Amino acid sequence: MYIIVVGAGKVGWNLARELLEKEHEVTLIESDRRRYLTVEQELEHNVSYGDASELWVLERAGIQRADMVIAVTGDDEDNMLICQVAREKYLVDQIIARVNNPRNRQHFDLLGVKPSVSATDLILRLLEHEVPEYGLVHLLDLQEEQLEIIEMLLGKDSGLIGRRVGDLSMPEGSLLISVLRSGKGFVPTADTVLEEGDEVLAVLDPGKEDELKALFGPDGDSA
Amino acid sequence: MRLMFVLIVGCGRVGSSVARGMLREGHQVSCLDEDPESHARLEVGLEKSWEDLGGQFTVGAGLETEALVAAGIEQADVFIASTDGDNTNIIIAQIAQKRYEVPTVIARVLDPLRAEWYRRQGLQTVCPTKVAIDMLESAVRESAGRDGTPPPEPAAEAA
Repeated sequence: MYIIVVGAGKVGWNLARELLEKEHEVTLIESDRRRYLTVEQELEHNVSYGDASELWVLERAGIQRADMVIAVTGDDEDNMLICQVAREKYLVDQIIARVNNPRNRQHFDLLGVKPSVSATDLILRLLEHEVPEYGLVHLLDLQEEQLEIIEMLLGKDSGLIGRRVGDLSMPEGSLLISVLRSGKGFVPTADTVLEEGDEVLAVLDPGKEDELKALFGPDGDSA
Repeated sequence: MRLMFVLIVGCGRVGSSVARGMLREGHQVSCLDEDPESHARLEVGLEKSWEDLGGQFTVGAGLETEALVAAGIEQADVFIASTDGDNTNIIIAQIAQKRYEVPTVIARVLDPLRAEWYRRQGLQTVCPTKVAIDMLESAVRESAGRDGTPPPEPAAEAA
């Protein structure tokens, strides 16, 4: 594939290097002269100097034949604009945008700049995952499909310990899809009996989290 | 004349002048700028304070939803994006258009190529660079015309 990466910060530089190792054709565009000269020592002709929100800079980089544009500058407006132009003016099939401030994600969505990736969001999720008292961990949002996958830990106060999965009154629009117990995962049957410390994955319609959380009552305060 | 609520984001030389002009014409004017100091620029040449004259000023960035709402975007009839960043102006103008459905949205875009493309996508853009280019070119043509050579007709700008 031919991939244009915009922004040669830590993310962009490492991304370009990885993509080159996977034998993609890559152009990395950087607007800061000094940064460009540093990166150019390693990536040579694969890095190009210029402001990628200038249309002629994108055209010089061959955006007309690009399969993918990835905008990972430190500026959310720049990332939104570059991806919008890539898709709507140059008809690039795949775009990926970096969200620096998670509060700006709504604007990326509004302008149809998807998918967008936020490091802050990812770390927050990891944090939730590492802090089980949080009770409920968002694993995945399938926005288009209108589904979410969440993870819950059964604390010692959960009323579901010792209950059969078949006997649970799961809220409509939710389904248990797997149980992680002592480091091993399996798909539960109606006869699976839940134990303290089980980590349970469920798929659900958006907005069902509170009902599910109330049922599982993992951290005692919501049971 | 219908009195309008005009929201101006980016209160530099252009934004502050437009704000004063519109206030003088009797419109309701609200300004939003990241820099609290830009309030002082608004009051250049005014007898009374901006607020005493009926103006509104909010400190905040154009991408912050709370700041836009505090500055009155939900009531705005006209939205002007005149920060010093082309990309910022283009993005916040689209937010005003698509999310808040402000009837008239205008973005200042210095780069003629971006201004032209977004104009074709239905965003009203004002490009000071293009105005300067046109004026300089016509000044040269005028001078050439005085020497006896007929100036070529300027090509009509594609609509």
